[in-house]
Amino acid sequence: MEKKRNAWGWAFLAIASILIMIFSFYPMVAAFITSLKTGSSANMVWASEKFGNAFYNYTRMFKDKTFMTTLKNTFFYLIVQVPIMLVLAILLAQLLNNPNLKFRGLFRTCIFLPCAISLVSYALIFRSLFATQGLINSILMGLGLIKENINWLGQTGTARGVIIFALIWRWTGYNMVFYLAGLQNLDYSVYEAAHIDGANGWDTFWQITVPQLKPVIIMTFIMSINGTLQLFDESVNLTNGGPAGTTMTMSHYIYNNAFGTGVANFGYSSAMSFLVFILVAILAVINLKVGDSRD
Amino acid sequence: MTEKRNHSAIQRRLIPSYIFLIICALISVFPLFWMLTAATNTTLEVAQGKLWFGTNAITNFKNLLASADLWRSMWNSFFYAAVQTVLCLLICSLAGFGFELYHTKGKDILFGILLLAMMIPGVATMIPLFTMMSRMKLLNTAWGFALPAIATPFMIMMFRQNSRNFPVEIMNAARIDGLSETGIFFKIYMPVMKSTYAAAAVITFMNSWNAYLWPRVVLNKSNAQTMPILIANLANGYTIDYGMLMMAVLFCSLPTIIIFFILQKQFAEGITGAVK
Repeated sequence: MEKKRNAWGWAFLAIASILIMIFSFYPMVAAFITSLKTGSSANMVWASEKFGNAFYNYTRMFKDKTFMTTLKNTFFYLIVQVPIMLVLAILLAQLLNNPNLKFRGLFRTCIFLPCAISLVSYALIFRSLFATQGLINSILMGLGLIKENINWLGQTGTARGVIIFALIWRWTGYNMVFYLAGLQNLDYSVYEAAHIDGANGWDTFWQITVPQLKPVIIMTFIMSINGTLQLFDESVNLTNGGPAGTTMTMSHYIYNNAFGTGVANFGYSSAMSFLVFILVAILAVINLKVGDSRD
Repeated sequence: MTEKRNHSAIQRRLIPSYIFLIICALISVFPLFWMLTAATNTTLEVAQGKLWFGTNAITNFKNLLASADLWRSMWNSFFYAAVQTVLCLLICSLAGFGFELYHTKGKDILFGILLLAMMIPGVATMIPLFTMMSRMKLLNTAWGFALPAIATPFMIMMFRQNSRNFPVEIMNAARIDGLSETGIFFKIYMPVMKSTYAAAAVITFMNSWNAYLWPRVVLNKSNAQTMPILIANLANGYTIDYGMLMMAVLFCSLPTIIIFFILQKQFAEGITGAVK
């Protein structure tokens, strides 16, 4: 009886497990094998035969200036955007967790609202807002802050800034929801007691909120790193990688090499995508280790 | 009296919080408000920085219908998302049910392995999946769109975590009553887990509706394209009609915004679903 039940258990989880094997694990192996090949997608040959170097695609990418730029860009977005966004999200969660605050539901809904629209939609909205003939320039001109229109998306520095601002806009509310859920188990009287003891908002933020949320913070950090390393929609639709590829992300460049105009270079693209996979894995492991050791 | 004074003192102390929250809320809502107004203005008015509703909505809408197959893409987006949602919920809830309520050590090991799939980036699997779909003649179909995403570690974990509190006694009672194991799943587990299904449905539908990278790879024919692809293509011209573009963005965003407002609680639960 028990045995039969156990067999049913296996049957129930079999479909999903097999699907994940076929559509996640197998493609990962296939991507690695493809990364050792070269040539256009129709007639690929082993890189070891053609160039005498099985890892030709891997050595190539480190000499590829454009790819190195996309790697730097992606890490730039990661290092600048993720910490700002997460601190802002934790701060908002702490403020909204205060039972004395009025209109909590309204504030929460407003800040959460950007999550309701697709990445392509918001990328296009921001592209329009920051167009040379766009609203942001009109407002700044109207206020007399600038004398001529700024070409936000046409200059590397400002274009990167717009991408980071847009990312923060889209994802802060998303992360805030995790923190609000994490704070639900915390009795708010802890804050009141701390206040009576003379702690200010800054103290309670670092000494009550952050420790309480530690496991959630580690998780959102991993998710944000994972998401940022795979940035695609914004790079394509907000700046189209421009000016001259200086805001392009790795995923965007990989996509262009595989499915963009010109020769479909599946081997090279697979090698670059395998690097993304390795980076995601390394950063996730570091994150978990750092999270553990701080106890 | 002291109570009241105390109350107003608390509110006074909160003034900086209110100011900060109002600023954040305005910044959050403003781009969407602007999208709404821009959809009703001419491209010239948009460029001039007009910030209120205009009278050009119908013209924008007609221009949109003339330059893209709006209804077709709306239907495609809806159909693909519906297929993906139904299959994903069925398959992942079945797996979550199997993992949690027929728990053995062997299953734990398998679960751990499946979770590793969370780290696999979409950009790494897109080329092999494209080759696979093209061999199976599934390019430009709902199956090609949905298959890679109907079993996800996240969803399995969500159902597994939420099954923690599932009353096992009911299962045993049902067995004594002669119900089969599949009968237990369909007749008892599914109704009990209603709220988890609702949260999972909202998040799966939204993710599917908003997907961009994979649809761009697997749906390369224009009559198979989804709304995000349609609006991205509209923005690729040399001269962009911003009024029309924002009308298209509005159509792409409206279904998910409506879901958001009606089912915000389920959406939040769906996002955080696997963390308990």
